[in-house]
Order: sequence, then C-alpha cells, then structure tokens
Amino acid sequence: MKPPQFGYTAAADLDEALEALAATGGKVLAGGQSLIPLLNMRLADPGHLVDINRIPALDAVAAQADGVRVGALARHFQALESDEAAAVQPLLRQALRHVAHPAIRNRGTVVGSIVHADPAAELPAVLALTGGTVTLRGREGERALSAEEFFLGPMESAIGPAEIAREVFFPALPERSGTAFHELARRKGDFAMAGAAALVTLDADLACTAARLVCVGTGAVPEVIDLSGLCRGWLSTSDWSAAAEAVRERIEPEDDIHATADYRRHLAGVLAARALSEAAANAEARA
Amino acid sequence: MRITLHVNGVPRSAEAEPRVLLSDFLRGELGLPGTHVGCEHGVCGACTVLLDDRPVRSCLMLAATADGHHVTTVEGLAEEAALSPVQQAFGECHGLQCGFCTPGFLTTVTAFLEAHPKPTDEEILDAVSGNLCRCTGYQNIVKAVRRASELMES
Ligand SMILES: Cc1cc2nc3c(=O)[nH]c(=O)nc-3n(C[C@H](O)[C@H](O)[C@H](O)COP(=O)(O)OP(=O)(O)OC[C@H]3O[C@@H](n4cnc5c(N)ncnc54)[C@H](O)[C@@H]3O)c2cc1C
Ligand code: FES
Ligand code: FES
Repeated sequence: MKPPQFGYTAAADLDEALEALAATGGKVLAGGQSLIPLLNMRLADPGHLVDINRIPALDAVAAQADGVRVGALARHFQALESDEAAAVQPLLRQALRHVAHPAIRNRGTVVGSIVHADPAAELPAVLALTGGTVTLRGREGERALSAEEFFLGPMESAIGPAEIAREVFFPALPERSGTAFHELARRKGDFAMAGAAALVTLDADLACTAARLVCVGTGAVPEVIDLSGLCRGWLSTSDWSAAAEAVRERIEPEDDIHATADYRRHLAGVLAARALSEAAANAEARA
Repeated sequence: MRITLHVNGVPRSAEAEPRVLLSDFLRGELGLPGTHVGCEHGVCGACTVLLDDRPVRSCLMLAATADGHHVTTVEGLAEEAALSPVQQAFGECHGLQCGFCTPGFLTTVTAFLEAHPKPTDEEILDAVSGNLCRCTGYQNIVKAVRRASELMES
C-alpha cells in the first residue's frame, strides 16, 4: 500500500504547472483525496505528478450576484462554510454536507471532485443542475465547458491531458426558486447508494412552474431530468409521488456490491420526491 | 528531496522520495510512531493528524506537499507531562481498548472541540463519523467527547 515511484513538480504558478504537464504527460495532484488512494492501491501509475498546492490565489470561493466561483485549490470545507456562497446558491452547501468526512473535506477540492467525475459524487450533480461551467486552462488559453460537455462517462471528462481546471462556476439560484439534496449511504460520509438534487421554481401564486432533478449514483454521467410538465401547478404541500415514478422510469442504475439496481431505482424515486417537495418549500420560504 | 515540517512545534527535516506519504514520513523518517496506519486509503481515520490545526488523513498526503507546514501528531497533544483534556477524558470514560484507532480519534476530537466547545450529540457523531473503532462500540467514545468538553470548560 505505497504509491509507485513518480517524478514530482511542485509548481509555483499555473504556467509552470502547464509546462510540466505537457513535458511529462503526468497528472495534477490537488487535494489528493481520490488520487492518492488510487496510487496507494496501485490502481494508478501516472509516472509524474504536478502538485498544484503551492500555486497562490487559486483558493478563492467568490460569491457574487451572478453565482459562485470556486478556484482549483478551494477545499470542500471552505465552500461548505461560506455563508455568502450558501446565500447565492444554497445547493452547494446542501450537497457538500454529504461529501465524505470532515478530515477528507479539509483537503479535498471542489474542482477536484468535478474533474474526478465519479458518478456517485455529489458535486457533478450540482454543476449539472445549476447549469454551471468548468474553466479549463491550457497553454493556448482557456475554454469553459458546461456539465453536459464536460462529463463523458464514469470517471471520464473532456479535460485534455495538458489542461488544468482552474475554476468552476455555479450560477446563482433564480428568483422564486429553491433547492434540496437528499441521499442515502450505508454509513455516514460514504458514497451514496442513490441521491437526488432538486431545483424548483414557483410562480407568484407559489405553484410550481419548473422542476428539475439530477440523480446521483444511478447513471454514468449526471443527467438533468426536466419534470416541469408533470409538476406544473403543484404546491410544496402537494403529493409529489408521481414525480418519483417518472424519475424511476428515466434512470438506469446498475447492480453492485452495495445495492441492486432495483433497490437503487426505488430509492432514487423516494429521494427525488423528498428533494422536490423540500425544494418547493424552500422556494416558498424565499418568495 | 529534503522536507522540513514543523512537527508539534519543532522544525524537523529529513530526506524522502516524493512518493513518501506523510504518515510514513512521520513514523519512519521522524521516528514518531504515534500516528497509526490502518487502511491507507482514507477510510479508517487512524492516521489523522492536524495540518495547520485541521484534521487530515496523513495517508492521503505526500510529505512533499506538507513541506513547510505545521503538523500536530498525537505525540504533541499532552501539555508537558500532563495528558490533554481529550486524552484524560478518553482514559476516564474507557474510550479506548486496544488503542489502535485512538491517535486518530484524539487528534480529530481535539480540533473538533476547539471549533465546537459545547457540541450536541449529533455534532459529536458527525465529527467522529470518519474514524473507525473495532473495539469500543463508540458509546464510550461519545461519552469521552462530552467529558472532554466539560474538562475544557473547567
Ligand atoms: C474516505 C473517503 C470518502 C469519500 N467520500 C466521498 C463522497 O461521499 N462524495 C464525494 O463526492 N467524494 C468523496 N470522496 C472523494 C473526495 O471528495 C475527493 O476529494 C475528490 O473526489 C477529489 O478532489 P481532490 O482535490 O482530492 O482531487 P485529487 O485526488 O487530487 O485528484 C482527483 C483527480 O482529478 C484530477 N484533478 C484534480 N484537480 C484538478 C485540476 N484542478 N485540474 C485538472 N485535474 C485535476 C487529478 O489529476 C485526479 O485525476 C471520498 C474520499 C475518501 C478518501
Ligand atoms: S490509514 Fe489513513 S485513513 Fe486509514
Ligand atoms: S480501541 Fe481498538 S480499534 Fe478502537
């Protein structure tokens, strides 16, 4: 259980990191909370690591009126504890509470969780549901990708081998809207067997006009399920169980050691209905 | 490469390959075996140390990344010869049996009580949820955290 040998660059700035990546074909080391377990178990052997932890000014969690920008070195705990970020986009905190344990959140980065693209991870779902973007820096310049463009498959994203994800952007919660995040894991802090993130928008009479949902742990990439047609006119106190059925029909979970596909499908529906009605109640409280 | 850490308030340096984990650097290179190594993939919490006062998994960090930072291990918790309030409470409440998990609990709980001096039971459970203990069944660990909070108040 020791990492294989690798070359190591502790980059002082982004340019040095990009040069080192291009020259060595190595991998970025951010918080290490996913990469180092893979090294310890010898499931990864990248040959060279470009440690970005010493690059200054990458650790901001900046909440502005249009949304929250999270830099590549902002740790989970920073985004979780930011009241400003929670005010602009509450789904971020609602989801981060479920990510691992405090000691993991002290090192793990928000951007690293997105780049890692684990289908059971919470933050990719948040990026997809909020309509956020990932800004990738290469030697030639920057490009910003939506969640749909970024996530290609389980643990697979559109980032190039010599690119660094510099920042992710989570747009602000729209007017008269609310969010909620529910998941179920075998033990607190474990990856969830299933989860659901919901975003509901109400009209002036507090009836639902838009309802969107992303499930966690039930497919290869985070997919936004638009339930606006079905849920139009519903109130936070309505019975949302028909939405649970609609979600169950849309997802394609798989069996694994933690849960069967059928159980995951059932669970995702229950959690979806819970998240949707809570999101509606949260929208009402803000209206 | 040469790596220098401020360990328990004292600057310590040693040579290590970039692939050496912080846990192994502390135990092997610096001769501080109080930090225990269980799973080596972040799950058990036995290796938890404080990095700049925050609990982190020393098995999930390169010593090279920690270069220049402050690290507190279980060896640094006692004040002079006296046990810290958290250590004393774990003893009083039988919060340990074999002791393998204990260094990780002590560091985790020390940082937790600094930030939450009067925690609720729910907050305590959340704080220790990332540390596994095969012996105690956790009840006495939760009691020890409550007791440590009392000791720190007085
Ligand atoms: C016990 C345990 C429980 C966990 N539970 C959960 C959980 O419940 N939910 C969850 O979502 N996660 C969980 N995780 C994973 C954790 O959230 C990771 O921290 C996170 O997935 C990766 O972020 P990192 O900064 O640690 O990235 P690293 O481990 O440093 O990197 C991960 C991958 O992303 C790449 N990468 C990272 N940052 C960049 C960047 N800026 N640019 C380009 N490439 C980059 C790396 O090259 C690597 O391939 C858990 C981890 C552990 C050890
Ligand atoms: S040895 Fe580090 S968490 Fe288990
Ligand atoms: S006391 Fe033995 S593992 Fe906790």
